[in-house]
Amino acid sequence: MDPRDATLPRSVGAVAPRQMRFAEPIRLTGGAAIDEYRLVYETYGRLNAARTNAVLVCHALNAAHHVAGHYADDPANIGWWDNMIGPGKPLDTERFFVVGLNNLGGCFGSTGPSSPNPKTGRPYGSSFPVVTVEDWVNVQARLADRLGIGRWAAVMGGSLGAMQALQWTISYPMRIRHALVIAAAPRLSAQNIAFNEIARQAITTDPDFHGGDYYAHGVVPTRGLRIARMIGHVTYLSDDAMMEKFGRVLRSGKLGFHFDVDFEVESYLRHQADKFSSYFDANTYLLITRALDYFDPAEAHGGDLAAALAAARAKFLVVSFTSDWRFASARSREIVKALLDNRRDVTYAEIDAPHGHDAFLLEDPRYHALVRAYFENAAREVGADRGDAGGAPLEEGEPVRVATGGGLAA
Amino acid sequence: MTGEARISLSGRPDFEAIAAWVAPEATVLDLGCGDGLLLKFLAASRAVKGYGIEIADENVLACVTHGVNVIQGDLERGLQGFDAGSFDYVILSQTLQAMRHTEEIVLEMLRVGRQAIVTFPNFGHWQARWQVAFGGRMPVSKTLPYEWYDTPNVHLCTIGDFERFCADHSIRILERVVLHAGQRVAFLPNLLGSLAVFRFEKRH
Repeated sequence: MDPRDATLPRSVGAVAPRQMRFAEPIRLTGGAAIDEYRLVYETYGRLNAARTNAVLVCHALNAAHHVAGHYADDPANIGWWDNMIGPGKPLDTERFFVVGLNNLGGCFGSTGPSSPNPKTGRPYGSSFPVVTVEDWVNVQARLADRLGIGRWAAVMGGSLGAMQALQWTISYPMRIRHALVIAAAPRLSAQNIAFNEIARQAITTDPDFHGGDYYAHGVVPTRGLRIARMIGHVTYLSDDAMMEKFGRVLRSGKLGFHFDVDFEVESYLRHQADKFSSYFDANTYLLITRALDYFDPAEAHGGDLAAALAAARAKFLVVSFTSDWRFASARSREIVKALLDNRRDVTYAEIDAPHGHDAFLLEDPRYHALVRAYFENAAREVGADRGDAGGAPLEEGEPVRVATGGGLAA
Repeated sequence: MTGEARISLSGRPDFEAIAAWVAPEATVLDLGCGDGLLLKFLAASRAVKGYGIEIADENVLACVTHGVNVIQGDLERGLQGFDAGSFDYVILSQTLQAMRHTEEIVLEMLRVGRQAIVTFPNFGHWQARWQVAFGGRMPVSKTLPYEWYDTPNVHLCTIGDFERFCADHSIRILERVVLHAGQRVAFLPNLLGSLAVFRFEKRH
């Protein structure tokens, strides 16, 4: 691949997070309010003069604002959707201005349970209020206001990120032209909630949890977080993908007749758990799984998803993956049915991929070609051309240094 | 009509016949919509609100490229997820003969659509009859371009067969157009026509 060929997909290169402070209180669905907060975000590409080419990329459970590119001082820290976003990639940053943020309640720089509560000077901990997908979308709308983005060309996400894209079409129907809803569900099933509950129980019963105020004790509930990550991780993979990757391969070639690591898959899970628990905040994990549980736009309409989506005006691309058992294709078809009932523009693709829920993060040529074609049409629609003289966001946040862990996945 | 929509007509003479029957701004479900050009043509010429159903990845991609709404799915599993009477027209264009569950899909079309439109290659066309009767070989022609061993067509029928099917299933035929080489065939259509286009509804 010739790096000088500008038409070949390449990385957005070195990127840097910025932060913006918000002084006006935000009232949350649960009744509580947060008086002031900061959001950490990254942007790629240039906002065009008409401000029509902005795309918001929403993160799922354990990712954040570092969506594409790498950090100059940490080249191995590559954005979690780098294969999707960049010059010449399906979401082409030569045409679109892409925004990724760390949601409120997160642990990668935006205000969350580990941030100091301005009233006490101590970390919020257990006093940080439960946030919902609707709350996140409201906060994202404030960020859009400050950046001078009246209407997104698209809001895009996978899994929980897709739920945010869907919520945008309901909460702010006139502020979103396209919703890319990938590996989604319109609400969690009892089984989905059950897995989240096991993860939360693992965390809250860890002796180091201290009711959520572990920061003061100088400890973190590592054991709980590790188990939460293991159970979550298994739900992101398919049986076939795990069998393909690990089979029943033994670490030392023979059974040990002990309860330490025998199988490769055990070693892998432990490694993932160690990595995750070293950078992710346990309270944020509780908050995000709760936001997943509570997401149910149909609930306010007597369970009628079509009624919930009646307000939507966006066009939709809905994508599911056949081996995803966490949010199976049937769940995406519920969304498609509700959109059809409202005669909304919708395209639905069911990608025959073996990787399970995580497939949305992987590079599959059919999936990426589809997203690319969809964005090419959207680019024409909003006049997002290569080489647009360009405008700039209304407001540029301040540069900030934050840890984002690494190898962020679903 | 856009330039692009006109170009697409040359390859598919049934498009214009279908468009002539579809009421402006109707809702249309196109089963086995392929690359989506029929829906694109109907959107341009009749301002329909259309959706296609298509199983093949490359066709789903082509539909997205053409800016056509498409739902990826397998017609052989019926139209579950689509409510009764939820579309003005359900179209099955040159796909009937490749369906395994032929009877089921026609009945499903009439459940979901207030009217149905099908087009299919006429196996009663004289060339087909000639090739079987005197060549002793399975017919290969412009509308039936496959060899017996690589054809996707598993349920070929003649215009007469389809009309008999409709009579047996309480289906009222509303209109019929028979074509050959892009021209309408009025005289001996089951012998001289290579492509049949039917519009029909349930007998109430």
